[in-house]
Amino acid sequence: MTALTSTSDNNSFAIEARNVHLHYGSFRAVKDVNLQIKARKITAIIGPSGCGKSTVLRAFNRMNDFVPSFKMEGEILFHGKNIYDPDVDPVQIRQMIGMVFQKPNPFPKSIYENIAWGARVNGFKGNMDDLVEESLQKAALWEEVKDNLKKNALTLSGGQQQRLCIARTIAVRPEIILMDEPCSALDPIATLKIEELMRDLSSSYTIIIVTHNMQQAARASDYTAFFTMEEDRAGVMVEYDITSHLFVNPKKKQTEDYISGRYG
Amino acid sequence: MESQITKTKQFTKGGLKPVTDDILLLRIKKHPRMKEFFIQALLFFCGALSIFTTLGIVYELGKESLLFFRTPGVEIVEFLTGKVWQPAIGSFGVLPLVNATLMTTFFAMLVSLPLGLSAAIYLSEYASQKIRSIVKPALEILAGIPTVVYGYFALTFMTPLLRGILGEDQVQIYNTLSAGLTMGLMILPLISSMSEDALSAVPKSLREAAYGLGATKLETSIKVVLPAALSGIIAAFIIGISRAIGETMIVAIAAGSGPALTLNPLKAAETMTGYIARISGGDLAYDTPDYNSIFAIGLLLFMITLFLNIISRLLVHRFREVYE
Repeated sequence: MTALTSTSDNNSFAIEARNVHLHYGSFRAVKDVNLQIKARKITAIIGPSGCGKSTVLRAFNRMNDFVPSFKMEGEILFHGKNIYDPDVDPVQIRQMIGMVFQKPNPFPKSIYENIAWGARVNGFKGNMDDLVEESLQKAALWEEVKDNLKKNALTLSGGQQQRLCIARTIAVRPEIILMDEPCSALDPIATLKIEELMRDLSSSYTIIIVTHNMQQAARASDYTAFFTMEEDRAGVMVEYDITSHLFVNPKKKQTEDYISGRYG
Repeated sequence: MESQITKTKQFTKGGLKPVTDDILLLRIKKHPRMKEFFIQALLFFCGALSIFTTLGIVYELGKESLLFFRTPGVEIVEFLTGKVWQPAIGSFGVLPLVNATLMTTFFAMLVSLPLGLSAAIYLSEYASQKIRSIVKPALEILAGIPTVVYGYFALTFMTPLLRGILGEDQVQIYNTLSAGLTMGLMILPLISSMSEDALSAVPKSLREAAYGLGATKLETSIKVVLPAALSGIIAAFIIGISRAIGETMIVAIAAGSGPALTLNPLKAAETMTGYIARISGGDLAYDTPDYNSIFAIGLLLFMITLFLNIISRLLVHRFREVYE
């Protein structure tokens, strides 16, 4: 539960988990997470399978609400407000904290419609053509699809689909983008493109990425949180630090074992 | 290497034995698998049975219809366009029967499509596991009620209800509205169950995509899940229509037993199936034009449902959003 050194500047945190415990029914999936996410930085969450990385990520935009047995203790503060307070609308939270999923999941609609859809349900009134172009450009996909906007999104390659999903998320103008192993279904070249894109986007957005791939975390993130699970299968956060520190100079033995491949 | 092969121990019918080359060659030699062959043939036969049955029915309907159309004074054009169905005076115009069938079907779909689809959306997108485990079996019970019971439900409950609301002088005892609405209730479980299957088959990842963009549950259901499931829903709707067109017992009991060309749903009118049921249950002699006419009507019914099935396939192909 290492706190970051620069805690003095509170405003630079985009979102913060405080004493968060996550349960599925009677099973405690994650316990006592304290995690302060720096604004407009890329934070990676790494750890072995089943350590609750994705569960934590989904707690940040209340995607776990759809699991009936899900329960949460603690607070997740966004602009100083606990997003689990009863008077918070989870739909608004998800618009401000967008999500990109493991498997590219474009809607079975046209490329244009994929971008326009989210904006439209969020009441976007401006020029839709401009928004579509701008979002696709930010997601580094515009040049590849500008002549085929009416084409079904599912005809795109996996990497293009994932960038479309990122463009679609950008189009609703979130503050934070959560990425749940966004490259696990992609080949290395498509993966590199997504990583470059993340780097570009981090100038305007806070990005939290869950990844299985340690090299990816080391390459692409500014901060890294390492999770593991204890004997009772509950996930815990072991170490959280600037990425270069965590990989070069891990403070905990567990972290060192994991990043050097001696895990388990 | 050779010695290795000969010394390899393998399971043979006689137990664990060293395998020599000639045993190996014998084993990899092609030999017929009779049991597999027979089972495959049996499965093929079962699959082909439905095709043979269909062909048999078409043949029988066609043969008997031909007898009908060969009757002096009966013409196919007059049959299809005539507005009077009175076999006693040699008047064979099928429109009154077709009209009654279309009216009952229309009212049935008016009930079953919106209610069935809404129930399906509720069950698939909103209901908790517990509620679903109660509502789904209840709908299936509704589907299991014999249609003759629905027929009496129409006559003894729906018709008095309509008469109470619209006035006794307006609503005849037998009327197409009552039969149609009741038929809608009968078809409702079919529509809801098939639509729910189609909605539930839409991958969770699409719903998550919508939620992740800040869509509400209703927006997700109506604008993402429903379009993705559209092909299955159209199929459900068409099968529902086919069911309504072919349904006999309810209309025979509650819609009336005299052909009448009327667009007033509060009046009695006999449907195609109602007429077939009445004539085949009556005491008409075989090979009279009256009797043979039911085969022509049967053939027409068959062709209408076949046509609808083809249309539905085309529609499905055209409008579906393929999600994989």
